[in-house]
Amino acid sequence: MFTLIARRLIQLIPTIFFVSVMIFLLQQLLPGDPALVMAGEEKDPAVIEQIRQRYRLDQPLPVQYLAWIGGVLRGDLGESMRLAEPVSTLVAQKLPVTVQLAIMAMIFTLGIGIPAGIISAVKKDTAWDYVVNVVALWGISTPNFWLGIMLIFLFSVQLGWLPASGYVSPFEDFWASMAATIMPAFVLGNSFAGVIMRHTRAAMLQVMESDYVRTARAKGLDSRTVILKHALRNALTPVITLGALEFGTLLSGAVLTEQIFSIPGFGKLIVDAVFNRDYAVVQGVVLITATTYIVLNLLADIGYILANPRLRS
Amino acid sequence: MTKLKLLTAALLAAGALTAAAPASHAQQSVLRIGLAEDPDVLDPSRGRTYVGRIVFASICDKLFDIDDKLNIVPQLALSHETSADGLTVTIKLRPGVKFHDGEPMDAEAVKFSLDRHLTMQGSFRRPEISAIDKVEVVDPLTVKLTLKQPFSPLLAQLTDRAGMMVSPKAAREAGERFGSAPVCAGPYRFVERVQQDRIIVERFADYWDKDKVTIQRIEYRPITDATVRLANLRSGQLDLIERALATDIPQIRTNAQLRMAVGVDLGYQGITLNIAKSDAGRQAFGRDPRIIQAFSLAIDRQALNQVVFNGSAMPGNQWVNPENPYFQSRHPVPQRDVAKARQLMQAAGVRGPLAIDFMVPNNPEVRQVAEVLQAMTAEAGFDLKIRVTEFATSLQEAEQGRYQAYMLNWSGRTDPDGNSYSFHACNQPLNYSGYCSQAADALLNEARTKTSQAERKAIYEKLSDILLAEGGIVYLYHRPVVIVHSVRLEGFKALPDGLVRVVGLRFRGN
Amino acid sequence: MAATSTLAAPAADVPHESPGARAWRRLKKRRTAMVALGILVVLTLLAVFAPLIATHDPTQQSWRAVRQAPSWMHWFGTDEVGRDIFSRIVYGTRASLSAGVISVAIAIAAGVPLGLLAGYAGGWVDALISRITDAMLASPFLILAIALAAFLGPSLQNAMIAIGITATPVFVRLTRGQVLSIKMEDYVEAARAVGNTKLRIAFTHILPNVMPQLLVQGTLTIATAIIAEASLSFLGLGQQPPAPSWGSMLNVAQRFLSNAPWMAVFPGIAIFLTVLSFNLLGDGLRDALDPKAK
Repeated sequence: MFTLIARRLIQLIPTIFFVSVMIFLLQQLLPGDPALVMAGEEKDPAVIEQIRQRYRLDQPLPVQYLAWIGGVLRGDLGESMRLAEPVSTLVAQKLPVTVQLAIMAMIFTLGIGIPAGIISAVKKDTAWDYVVNVVALWGISTPNFWLGIMLIFLFSVQLGWLPASGYVSPFEDFWASMAATIMPAFVLGNSFAGVIMRHTRAAMLQVMESDYVRTARAKGLDSRTVILKHALRNALTPVITLGALEFGTLLSGAVLTEQIFSIPGFGKLIVDAVFNRDYAVVQGVVLITATTYIVLNLLADIGYILANPRLRS
Repeated sequence: MTKLKLLTAALLAAGALTAAAPASHAQQSVLRIGLAEDPDVLDPSRGRTYVGRIVFASICDKLFDIDDKLNIVPQLALSHETSADGLTVTIKLRPGVKFHDGEPMDAEAVKFSLDRHLTMQGSFRRPEISAIDKVEVVDPLTVKLTLKQPFSPLLAQLTDRAGMMVSPKAAREAGERFGSAPVCAGPYRFVERVQQDRIIVERFADYWDKDKVTIQRIEYRPITDATVRLANLRSGQLDLIERALATDIPQIRTNAQLRMAVGVDLGYQGITLNIAKSDAGRQAFGRDPRIIQAFSLAIDRQALNQVVFNGSAMPGNQWVNPENPYFQSRHPVPQRDVAKARQLMQAAGVRGPLAIDFMVPNNPEVRQVAEVLQAMTAEAGFDLKIRVTEFATSLQEAEQGRYQAYMLNWSGRTDPDGNSYSFHACNQPLNYSGYCSQAADALLNEARTKTSQAERKAIYEKLSDILLAEGGIVYLYHRPVVIVHSVRLEGFKALPDGLVRVVGLRFRGN
Repeated sequence: MAATSTLAAPAADVPHESPGARAWRRLKKRRTAMVALGILVVLTLLAVFAPLIATHDPTQQSWRAVRQAPSWMHWFGTDEVGRDIFSRIVYGTRASLSAGVISVAIAIAAGVPLGLLAGYAGGWVDALISRITDAMLASPFLILAIALAAFLGPSLQNAMIAIGITATPVFVRLTRGQVLSIKMEDYVEAARAVGNTKLRIAFTHILPNVMPQLLVQGTLTIATAIIAEASLSFLGLGQQPPAPSWGSMLNVAQRFLSNAPWMAVFPGIAIFLTVLSFNLLGDGLRDALDPKAK
């Protein structure tokens, strides 16, 4: 098992390397000259020249890449051209916001996805199954931005119950923070509920076919006990590990949701940076989210192996 | 599931309470302003954006300001005097002014700030005041600017970021990082900024005009979506918002809790036509000036204003709006004339629909305008192929001449020079059309040397004769600048630049 | 995104029933999937016969009738320049359906051969393909799509290519996994021993086994791709005006939310119905094609 984990750890390095190369190249492929974007309305040639020099835009690509990756290895993610702030400062400001949003979204994801998956499996091919299926797939089938717009229209514009946008830290004012993040968290969580529902359903169906559940039933235990005590416990292990994986996706999946709700997290940071050609920010943030995702992926796999003794050999 | 529902209901209820709470504070001393974008770096030398100027208005005072008639009035300066040859400008400073760090705002500080604008790496102010040759301290409250050549728009530049004075001590200490915690001489001092979330400033106790400043704190919050911004204002989460949508104006009018100030943009929305920037241009609008005139005549500016702005914009045909002192009444905003446009196309030898690669920045409002134009000009024989292009890309495409028509908005400057020179003079950075005429250049340069409004207006009149007939920009309209605030906020005065002056604002009952 | 379905090798079938017929019989049992299939058939008909069904010209502007509420004249109201929203939605079906189907076709066309190659060749080829796949899966999907679409230039066609490329890794991983699990099966070993070429084995033995999963994953990815197309158009990187697309209609609608909500409601419902149908059909197919299920 340890060799397996060690091998996975070693595989991390090339994967992260490819992420860094990919995002770097993709950025360079983008049309539009960042110096022109940054040069303000007047576009003074001398200013443009200064920007090119300052951010090494006038140097060959490999040099730029090495300069960037060299900085990253020393813990320096570079500087935002637009905001003239170190990328690490920006990341430190945004990460808690996105993590809070992801945790709250996760509550919605699991809260909708797991019950829906269980009902769908237990009541397979009945009206119950159909209804919860549609409910759970609702989120995955709606563009996040549309659901966001509609919720803002209903709860903020029409009813005036919830703030339409913005963010308040829970340490500043807990309830205001909840009010500000509940809609985006719901939108985000809802969009992953369908994935969790599918996995729960598949796992439940598999477990319910297994020998010990059949045995338990044969012993005359009532079906509620069988489902909740035996089947669910076994089915949930893979679902939870997958949940960890989805958490990684949530960190980067908030792109448009944050945009709609003006939540100052990773998603908004990165979209703004892409459109402003703020290279260092895009590269830094993608690298961090991708690394988080890869590490969570690895942890999920290890968890899966630990939970399934048969796989240990 | 039921538990979840309960939780959701509880959270919703809690949200309703908090949302309603701020409105009930009688003694409110925090002003919350909703911005349309997140400002860029808050260093007067390095700032580039319009939205940044809104924030600067509370933290950095300028040597001069403008009044509601666009006249230049003193702010940190007391008076100025330009020599007869136009080569020296002497500025007397207001005594007893302090920066936020307690340093004196004197002639040395002015020299430092102007030199910083002129020489700092990455300064965007250099082109604005590059006419300045040197800055000298005459006495502690007098500076003398020596110019390389006469440059009448200089004072107008000093009403904006180039006229913002920074504390030399703080600027030296912070160096490049000055924008993270700017220290100026405005009514509020910078407290904190969280990127894309908020900027907080606090009343400066030693401000030179402190009696007019009553609100303790201002929070600027960037909210890009205009509908959401307005919703936040209505729910009491914000007290003032900038750039509300023209289409929301009727709704705002009927709301007794809101007050609105509608002004006209100092800039313009126009279509830059590629005339000689590249072959793509020479093959279309560059072929014959009559094609340009036909294009302009094909557009129904009134209808455009009605459809897109509910009639709240100001149709225009020049680089200044019809209310501006420099508007040339000899060239009134033209009526649509499709028949004449067709004739001109015929005369220019265009047979069949003329396909135009029409580059449109990715912005829903501008896109709507483009679609209306597409339908309008089709009747006169143009076939506009809209290419929605992200802003960053469109700049490069324009620079390299890979377009035939380009929807380009200019945010506007107080002096007409700032709205015309760089766009029409040969080989200037903003001259994307590639237009170049000796006659126009001579007039543009001459206008820079004269100081009296009458003389300058006469020069610009001759210029408009040339440029409106063959220049590279067809002007469409001037956007309404809509600022909306809660009735509780009093003392708001709209100025032509659309920036929010915070001095004089107060909450009702405070 | 990570599809870790665990389907085993095909079990014995009812003797005189082909796998296709068996799947169809099972699919018919699942009512939601059948309803979804019905909706998709209707949508396809809408797309094909759009000119016959639309009540107005979808690009005809009417400046005296902008942002009108739904009425007998305009069932779904009119938009910001007075165009009929119902007709635009009907025509928009073409953009959405083709975006979904074509981008997935691109992803399959690129992903399956790469997956076969990785699974078969092993060694450094496998390592290279797998690490790049991992890297793409780890990067935010929409950001990759945005960057690619911006690079290729905004158009519906380029949006499809961008989404197709971004969706490719899913199919690489799926195919590679299947190859690895089947490679060691007896009948494949046997085929190899008899002297069949690798290519032949790939087509005769491996591909048929991947098919059911490809069908399921493909259907579900169409759903994701339609959302992605709508998102790109929402950001202005998809369909160009005046041609309608549901995403770009929503982009415009956002500005008129408080005074013309119908502009946002109907395109959103159209996307929702289409994507939900593909999701339900995909789930139904998964059940129907699962060899272990009864």
